[in-house]
Amino acid sequence: MSGIVSYGGYVPRYRLNRKVIFKAMGWMDPSTVANARGEKAVANFDEDSITMAVAAGLTALQDRDRSNIEGVYFASTTMPYKERLNAGIISLALGLGDRLRAADFAGGLKAGTTALLSALESVESGRTKNLMVTAADCRLGRPASAEEMIFGDAAAAFLVGNENVVAEFKGSYSLTCDFGDHFRGEFAKYDRKWEDRWVRDAGVDAFIPMVIRGLLDRYGMKINDFKKVIYDCHYAAERNKLNKMLGMPPELEQGNLQAEVGQCGTAQSLLMLASALDMAEPGDRLLVVSFGSGCDALYFEVTENIAKKKQAQSVARCLSNRADLDVYEKYLIWRDILPVEMGLRSEEDVWTRWSLLWRKRLEIIGLWGSRCQSCGTPQYPPQRVCANPECGAVDKMEEYLFSDKPGRILSYTGDMLAPSFNPPAAYGAVGFDGGGRFIFDFTDCKLDELSVGRPVTFSFRRKYYDKLRGISGYFWKAIPVKEVK
Amino acid sequence: MASGIKDKVAILGMGCTRFGERWESGADDLMVEAFTECLADAGIEKKEIQACYYGIHYDELSMGKSALPVAVTLKLPYIPATRLDNYCATGTEAFRAACYSVAAGVYDIVLALGVEKLKDTGYGGLPLGNAMGASPWMSFANMTAPGMFAQIASAYSAKWGVPMDKIKDAIAHISVRSHKNGVSNPRAHLRSLVTMEQVKAAPMIAYPLGLFDCCGVSDGSAAAIVTTPEIARSLKKNQDLVLVKSLSIAASSGEEEAFNTWDGAHFATTRIAATKAYGEAGIKNPREEVSMMEVHDCFSITEFVTMEDLHISPKGGAYDDIMSGFYDMDGKVPCQIDGGLKCFGHPIGASGLRMIYAFYEQFLDRVPEARKVKNARIGLTHNLGGFPWHNLCSISIIGRG
Repeated sequence: MSGIVSYGGYVPRYRLNRKVIFKAMGWMDPSTVANARGEKAVANFDEDSITMAVAAGLTALQDRDRSNIEGVYFASTTMPYKERLNAGIISLALGLGDRLRAADFAGGLKAGTTALLSALESVESGRTKNLMVTAADCRLGRPASAEEMIFGDAAAAFLVGNENVVAEFKGSYSLTCDFGDHFRGEFAKYDRKWEDRWVRDAGVDAFIPMVIRGLLDRYGMKINDFKKVIYDCHYAAERNKLNKMLGMPPELEQGNLQAEVGQCGTAQSLLMLASALDMAEPGDRLLVVSFGSGCDALYFEVTENIAKKKQAQSVARCLSNRADLDVYEKYLIWRDILPVEMGLRSEEDVWTRWSLLWRKRLEIIGLWGSRCQSCGTPQYPPQRVCANPECGAVDKMEEYLFSDKPGRILSYTGDMLAPSFNPPAAYGAVGFDGGGRFIFDFTDCKLDELSVGRPVTFSFRRKYYDKLRGISGYFWKAIPVKEVK
Repeated sequence: MASGIKDKVAILGMGCTRFGERWESGADDLMVEAFTECLADAGIEKKEIQACYYGIHYDELSMGKSALPVAVTLKLPYIPATRLDNYCATGTEAFRAACYSVAAGVYDIVLALGVEKLKDTGYGGLPLGNAMGASPWMSFANMTAPGMFAQIASAYSAKWGVPMDKIKDAIAHISVRSHKNGVSNPRAHLRSLVTMEQVKAAPMIAYPLGLFDCCGVSDGSAAAIVTTPEIARSLKKNQDLVLVKSLSIAASSGEEEAFNTWDGAHFATTRIAATKAYGEAGIKNPREEVSMMEVHDCFSITEFVTMEDLHISPKGGAYDDIMSGFYDMDGKVPCQIDGGLKCFGHPIGASGLRMIYAFYEQFLDRVPEARKVKNARIGLTHNLGGFPWHNLCSISIIGRG
């Protein structure tokens, strides 16, 4: 049996209320009030599609053996690199080693489901056993556009395999349509689209029923055979129309998280699938439909394993871990839409020395250190001479993964002098449980959430952006564990 | 068996520029200024100098690498010249090398000169430059000097249970005292009095350090000509000797940053360097025997814990000594008698020599009555270069002969 073994959703912590956007930009186009409901998830200044995919992937990998994963697929239309395999960065960050196949899936928004399909069919064929599929997007609408409100940032990840699956893959049906509803050319930063009325009438209303009928016919099923129908369509009124067209009772519709997250590109239908799995019961049949340059429809049946394999309601947990991004301009600055003065200190040249990064790829991208085989002391960064003054053994080290170890704050500060997109720059010494320590930036927190002894977890983040060369560099940051009252 | 440096080297002459935002001066101007005073004070001719040790840290902001800038600027006549850099201990390292070369009997008269031109960066604070290697931005936290040192406060507070507001009081006392000491020093950069209220209300730089918890950033140069006590005695018949009692330096071993025992609330290097310095100088009880100190108050919190790490205040007990005035100008062991880094700023290559200069002036009774330390016999300088978990500590003890 092949299917989904585990999964994870990821929604960044910051949420921008759409009324805040409208208050700032509504003067330009008052009609955007139609979309000014709910909030959109906004990636932190140090997040992008790669880091969000890693976050979702880590949830899917929780407490799992990482040594037998044979491939990593990444789908996104907002990949930080045109050349340099984005999925290769993700697999290093996930601690999966390099003896695997990795691939980027891009272009249309259905790339997420296509990546998942590719993995499922590969496992189904028996040629591979365990593959990781990630999808993330961080699309930008221009200020005052409807898309600025509609889009949100999020990610989803699935571990696909043929043992202990929580949802069995039963079949699929695909359409590919060169339909230019949304498009970005080679150098485009912002979304462009064609008229909504055409997109709805000629696109959504045509393709979604077509792909669903195609799948139902192929497997001799009726829409009511499904417990949940998951489809990507951000137009609220259109969803009602589609439900009727498909003959779906309202309870079959899986919510699209538009009011909490926003349309999250290639991750949209997959985040909805993760959310559906959070609530699923054994025997439930799920139909997943993506939209964008055509559609993929995928059909799953939830197994008995769901009870023990639930990722502790991964999507619900992300949704509840939220903080208001109450200043619209902060969003503009984080996305590099509005130029900001950060002082001359921010203008230091931060170029990437690629040969150095290659040597240190495990240390920097993977957060691997070393553990002394003589005295057992874990140390970061990796050492050749043991740091334990009682030991000092030379070249007795084994590789040791730190990214999955919890840690505690040893000391901290909030620095107003350091150039930061979210001052004060918070950082401090963190000791890993089990040994080892390093100075980390803290992220997704405020200064008053830091204290000596506070537990932290580690998150893969964009460490720097080399504007001169368009290069994103990545490392790990510490996030204080929220206090549970 | 090595016998240490005690009483083997004398200071023949010293020079020190005014420290400050020397917009009109480059590193070359500053070197000429310090050297000219130093040479005149030594009462010798330039050609009598047999070797030169030159300390500068940010060569990229000044005149480039190597010792050639000092040799060419001062027109030193083809003598051995060597550049030293050891972070904030750089000035002291130039002095240490000069002293060792004399003590070794290799040379009779040697110049140590330190300089730093910082105020060509265009912004406040120290530049990061390339101080941390090839690509620190790839994994190092978004750190600045105040933020690295500020962390001591949170760790100290947690370790000793001293609440942050008490730490804020003590470090404010330190800054107020330093400003008071520096106000009448013509070579100091910052020469104004500040109040406890001003210090505590200042804008936050790196929690919990406010603006007045940070030393100034300035340009400056200082120089010393050292020789043997015999030569000094023959050249300076009517003057007390100023003798080197000990020169100590300890570099982090990697234990603080990579092992699991360091508490983040003290400087391991300072404790070791101090113990060795006292041993070399024959000091049994530093609290009683040290007459005055110039310590590395890059940030007030650094001075706070250094009082313990120098084995003068009890561990965990600096607060009481600081607040009782023990380290004030009229206290038992006056500290920062010329205003410290707080008022002089910290031109890295020059600071260690500037501190020695402060004692040199005292021992030769060259300071006005108001700035005089009574019965000064032993002075201790302390430099701390790097970060709390990765640093060099140098300690020099200088005495009246």
